[in-house]
Amino acid sequence: MDPVSWLLEPLQHVFMVKALLISAVVGGVCALLSCFMTLKGWALMGDAVSHAVLPGVVIAYALGLPLAVGAFVFGVGSVTVIGLIKQSTRVKEDTVIGLVFTGFFALGLILVSKVRSSLDLMHILFGNVLGIRPQDFQQTLVISALVLVVLMVFRRDLVLFCFDPTHARSIGMSTGFLYYLLLSSLSLAAVAGLQTVGIILVVAMLVTPGATAYLMTDSFGAMGVLAVASGILSSLLGAYLSYWSDASPAGCIVVVQTLLFVMAMVFAPKHGLLRRGRHNPSPQWPDP
Amino acid sequence: MTTTPGAMEPPHIAVENLSVSYVGVVALSKASLRLNRGTICGLVGMNGAGKSTLFKALMGFVRPSAGTICINGQSVAQAQRRQAVAYVPQAESVDWDFPLNVTDVVMMGRYGSMGPLRNPRRRDHEAVRHSLELVELWDLRQRQIGELSGGQRKRAFLARALAQGASVLLLDEPFNGVDVRTEKLMAQLFMGFRRERRTLLISTHDMDHVTGFCDQVVLINKTVLAYGETSEVFTRENLARTFGCRL
Repeated sequence: MDPVSWLLEPLQHVFMVKALLISAVVGGVCALLSCFMTLKGWALMGDAVSHAVLPGVVIAYALGLPLAVGAFVFGVGSVTVIGLIKQSTRVKEDTVIGLVFTGFFALGLILVSKVRSSLDLMHILFGNVLGIRPQDFQQTLVISALVLVVLMVFRRDLVLFCFDPTHARSIGMSTGFLYYLLLSSLSLAAVAGLQTVGIILVVAMLVTPGATAYLMTDSFGAMGVLAVASGILSSLLGAYLSYWSDASPAGCIVVVQTLLFVMAMVFAPKHGLLRRGRHNPSPQWPDP
Repeated sequence: MTTTPGAMEPPHIAVENLSVSYVGVVALSKASLRLNRGTICGLVGMNGAGKSTLFKALMGFVRPSAGTICINGQSVAQAQRRQAVAYVPQAESVDWDFPLNVTDVVMMGRYGSMGPLRNPRRRDHEAVRHSLELVELWDLRQRQIGELSGGQRKRAFLARALAQGASVLLLDEPFNGVDVRTEKLMAQLFMGFRRERRTLLISTHDMDHVTGFCDQVVLINKTVLAYGETSEVFTRENLARTFGCRL
């Protein structure tokens, strides 16, 4: 088949146009957020929050509220619970995270099976980008736009928060505010990602593009651009591959993201394995 | 300036009877010290003696259970709002792989005096340039921070404190892993800071650096045991009390 019809034929279907649009938007926004996640070392936190939002999503659905509201409450709530348990027991943090998010997730599973609704568990777990409902489509666009604006407006503060929170505090910035800002963005992005790739794989969208871009550059600005580009590219390419191979769209999107990461790992201009073999990854130059 | 030396100038840093405890564990009790403007002061004590607690108190991170801190005659919060206190982290606590170049890091010193979007204006660029020239890093301003040598890394963070316009610099173990050449450069920079009437509080456990660099020294072990001129304070008896053993 010639490449032009490979690209154009799927566009004759409204569901594919919508799927491409929403995956690209969500892929791009999650990718921007993933830069902060990887630099702050919050990958595990992303995994936790994306799972812990499940009961919130189900409750919001049952009450007819926007899903984002439920996701927000349970996303922030789960991290608060993690903090409380960590403070008041001797259990180590990664154990607490693993314990809390699976607990929340399991609660969500019970709610899904008990709440009478058309909410399909498989769609929540693995995404339903090809059959997204109109109200979910709009909600996801609004959430994505909101997260995008927050990240752009506060990007300099957030970079400083990730890099050197002590300095941020010492010049009078509120690190508590930035912490909850990043956490809220994470909860909202998780519910946006839920629509496209589902709860299980959303953490890939929140981690992989940032990690890919981190290997490609030493400038935060370039990292953001590269992450967003790789996020959007993976979403579009993944959706096309899914169409032509009749395979799971979520699976295709995340596999493309992972392949991009592997390529960056091998071929990245400075930090790729091919380069890195020749000298140290971050050399301590001798004083001249 | 026409003030006569030794005139009644208020101390730059005045800590009175400061006590800090974390959930029942006393980190500092009844610590007092006074430092005049333009002092280079060593802060000497064992690990866990309260050095970082004193720093945290001076930055307003911990709420004292008793006592007061005045910086330039103001409360810590006021001093913080005026960008008066800068913290220079120890090299081990910095993520040197972070995708930032030298200019990015030094510009972060300006954030406190910028608008909410942290868009640098002309005076911010000028302050960054001036600071980088002072620490002789202007030519390396585009380098990713991990590509700097050990000494250059220290100077980058000193430049950030300068760009901030801080008059009180808290330096955490600045001599760890520096070579002789960097030490000389740092000594020169510190002299310059003293001439500009900045006050430096340098946490270290290395006695040689204290006698080499510092006008004054504070000995700390859960409280301030002694402070004053280095030659007077650095006695065998005081050091034995600081390190809890006989030397």
